[in-house]
Amino acid sequence: MTSTHNTTREPVVGAPVDRVDGPAKTTGAARFAAEHDLAGLTHAALVTATVSRGRITGIDTSAAEALPGVVAVLTHHNAPKLNPPKRVSPVNMSTMVSGTQVNYLNTDEVHWDGQPVAVVVAEHSHAAREAAALVEVTYERLPATVDFAAELPNAVLDKGNMLMPTGAKKGDADAALAAAPVVVDSEYSTPQHHHNAIEPHATTAVWHGDELAVHDATQNMAWLRAHLALRFGVPEAKVRVLAPFVGGGFGGKGFAWPGVILAVLAARATGRPVRLSLTREDVYRTVGARTPSTQRVALGAGRDGKLTALVHTAVTRKSPVGGQPEPAVTPANHLYGAANIRTGQSSVTLDWIPNTAVRAPGDAIGSFALESAIDELAYELGADPIELRMRNEPERNPIDGKKFSHRMLREAYELGAHRFGWADRSPEPGTTRDGRWLVGTGVATAYHPQLRLTANVTVRLAADGSVTVRSGLHEIGVGAATVQAQIAADALGVPFDAVHVECGDSALPEGAMAGGSMQTSSVAASVLAACRKLTRRLDTLARRSGTAGRTPAEIVAAAKVPYIEAAVGSDTRIGKAAGQARFMARTARDMRRWQKAACGAHFCEVRVDADTGEVRVSRWTGAFDVGRVMNRKTAVSQLRGGIVMGIGMALTEEAHVDPRSGRIMNPSLSGYHVPVHADIPPIDIAYLDEPDPTMPLGLLGIGEVGITGVAAAVANAIHNATGKRLRDLPITPAKLL
Amino acid sequence: MAEVRLRVNGADRRLDIPPQVSLLDALREHLGLPGTKKGCDQGACGACTVLADGERINACLALTVQYADREITTIEGVDHPLQEAFVRHDGFQCGYCTSGQICSAIGMLAEHKDGMPSAVSEDPAAEGEELTDEEIRERMSGNICRCGAYNGVVEAVAEVVR
Repeated sequence: MTSTHNTTREPVVGAPVDRVDGPAKTTGAARFAAEHDLAGLTHAALVTATVSRGRITGIDTSAAEALPGVVAVLTHHNAPKLNPPKRVSPVNMSTMVSGTQVNYLNTDEVHWDGQPVAVVVAEHSHAAREAAALVEVTYERLPATVDFAAELPNAVLDKGNMLMPTGAKKGDADAALAAAPVVVDSEYSTPQHHHNAIEPHATTAVWHGDELAVHDATQNMAWLRAHLALRFGVPEAKVRVLAPFVGGGFGGKGFAWPGVILAVLAARATGRPVRLSLTREDVYRTVGARTPSTQRVALGAGRDGKLTALVHTAVTRKSPVGGQPEPAVTPANHLYGAANIRTGQSSVTLDWIPNTAVRAPGDAIGSFALESAIDELAYELGADPIELRMRNEPERNPIDGKKFSHRMLREAYELGAHRFGWADRSPEPGTTRDGRWLVGTGVATAYHPQLRLTANVTVRLAADGSVTVRSGLHEIGVGAATVQAQIAADALGVPFDAVHVECGDSALPEGAMAGGSMQTSSVAASVLAACRKLTRRLDTLARRSGTAGRTPAEIVAAAKVPYIEAAVGSDTRIGKAAGQARFMARTARDMRRWQKAACGAHFCEVRVDADTGEVRVSRWTGAFDVGRVMNRKTAVSQLRGGIVMGIGMALTEEAHVDPRSGRIMNPSLSGYHVPVHADIPPIDIAYLDEPDPTMPLGLLGIGEVGITGVAAAVANAIHNATGKRLRDLPITPAKLL
Repeated sequence: MAEVRLRVNGADRRLDIPPQVSLLDALREHLGLPGTKKGCDQGACGACTVLADGERINACLALTVQYADREITTIEGVDHPLQEAFVRHDGFQCGYCTSGQICSAIGMLAEHKDGMPSAVSEDPAAEGEELTDEEIRERMSGNICRCGAYNGVVEAVAEVVR
């Protein structure tokens, strides 16, 4: 950007800047969705169904209503009528936000074990919870299909769409497989994973006439606002969603699940502000999870290791009341230059709460199968698993010959191998021992495709030199406000401390959802564009007032205006429609032109107890190609966070679902094990910092790429340590004995 | 209803609450101190960790009436170098587990100073052993961070202790 004003200082983009919300989060001052005190506030609790499919035949609320402090017990008999959710439409992307198609408390039908069937409102949360336990519900049970494994023969091939391709074909992979000199052909399976953000979903809702204000734990304020307006029959302009702090999301807060709808409904029914803070068990039962999967990867290769055939198929589940295919075969469409490729995605339909996005949907579980299979082939061939990958590293996108916008996987492997000391590895399994520990190392590729949404932003430069960036972006822990402040500071040539980012409020210009690793790049593009506009305006002012070469604040002050402002995008109905059309057009164009993704190489060392089968991850290096890094500190944290969740996926995380009843049997953090401090070694992160030429400032989204490939790297290291190949996650001690 | 007198962050507080109300609900709902977080309400995540006479406890598993006349310290009453160290070392992302991590770390440092061993201590009887990174990880394992900021937490604690 050329400008007449003074911008001589060190750039802050890329620097390890501390988070701007650090003081609020370390002093307890940050207020999350369940922490807004309102006059006359009431507390709600859910009653959830205990059958997978059926009809409510009776609800006895008398004992609950008699409890002191209870304000109301809402059921389908007395709840206000709601508009049903809209079917998902590509014309209106906000229709995708409804977690399910069920009109809660407006129906006697039960569609999954855990569907809310009543809401208790009380003066205090303990009274609400106690009363909820006193509500007696009887059901007529209907036949339910709940057993994933038993339903696999009935899987139906998915069609997919532009944003979520589910399959591809190049040549005749099956014939090539049959003719290949070396073949590995295996089944892999992954269980149901839950997000388990430490903040359980919570909503505080208050109506003033037909105006609604909702503090919600959401990653998607704009779509949620549209959805609430639709469901409650009020104009969107009357609904305000606030989410200045969100206690983790990982996809779980991207959609509107029953909690937020029922909190708003309860506030309307009682005429009082309502806070509904889900219990941990409620989160398991009323928020979608990552579908279980079963996958087949078949690889055919010559003795030279060149892949002649790659087949990857996957089956996941969806629900009669929502959900979507989990695109597990995506990595297989892009990672290897096999001569023949066939990938395909199928679904079974189960009477379950619809599945939903969990960090890197598709890629996280698909990369486990594919990257395990590549390791199996390397072992079969007696080849080094990195060398085998590099032998098949494609020049162009394997399935359609598109260019890569940018791809430096080879360099990422070189960087990671050097830092990890890969050259010292013993390729023969079970040969490295340290006391009772069997030690092994493994690698796997990380890969996550990139999309970019539109985002509306205004940037204001005041005469006192302060800059305010306003956008409805979401601070769910990614450091979003910090990074956008860095970007604006450099773009305007002002000190970082002079920039304040207003976010977390749907009354601000409509930002982008925090999902799909899209938010930072989407908002960054608009912040840059707004800063460019502002700079032009500043230059004009400087020329007019003869203040060229002075600081931005001096130029504004000399012009005798309180501030100057620039906006990108518009929140009018037409403006939003135009934004969506721009998104669709750009996405279609981008997808025709190039394949764009973040990628990386994981290096893992495990120690396996020879007697108990206990696995400890003892060393980790992740080397990434994530374009240009905006903030060294927060980027490293994000990538580490993905790896930590991936380690959980590899070794411990699994919802146990009763195949007869369809009920989750371990809906708690004491039954579903996520990694704790003791499970996580120091994680070494390296990145190439080479810009992607097609992205704003060359950045690629980093929220999800970290988790991809992790489970395979662990499984491959376990094979190297023990000689045992585990293809069913999680790899628990019992499976190793 | 039960009348309870509490000392919270140095101030006397009186409450008239049912005896089954947890200390966590009392703090968040009745005393206007939502800095202490509720992550699971069953002692599995550590987000609700507060200090009772300097000792770390899970406030969700504590009945308010049992803590009458004890000195409770929540994150709102903490003023400790760990807080800045957490920011410097990025020992959090979303911030929801942070109050518990910080209170837990303060309690843990006091336990270590008092010679309390952990499951990974080489010699449980030895006093004044160095608080290694492994010791910090073991002793902090009651505090879950789903964002995975564990490395930053350990660095922050190590910096303050060494």
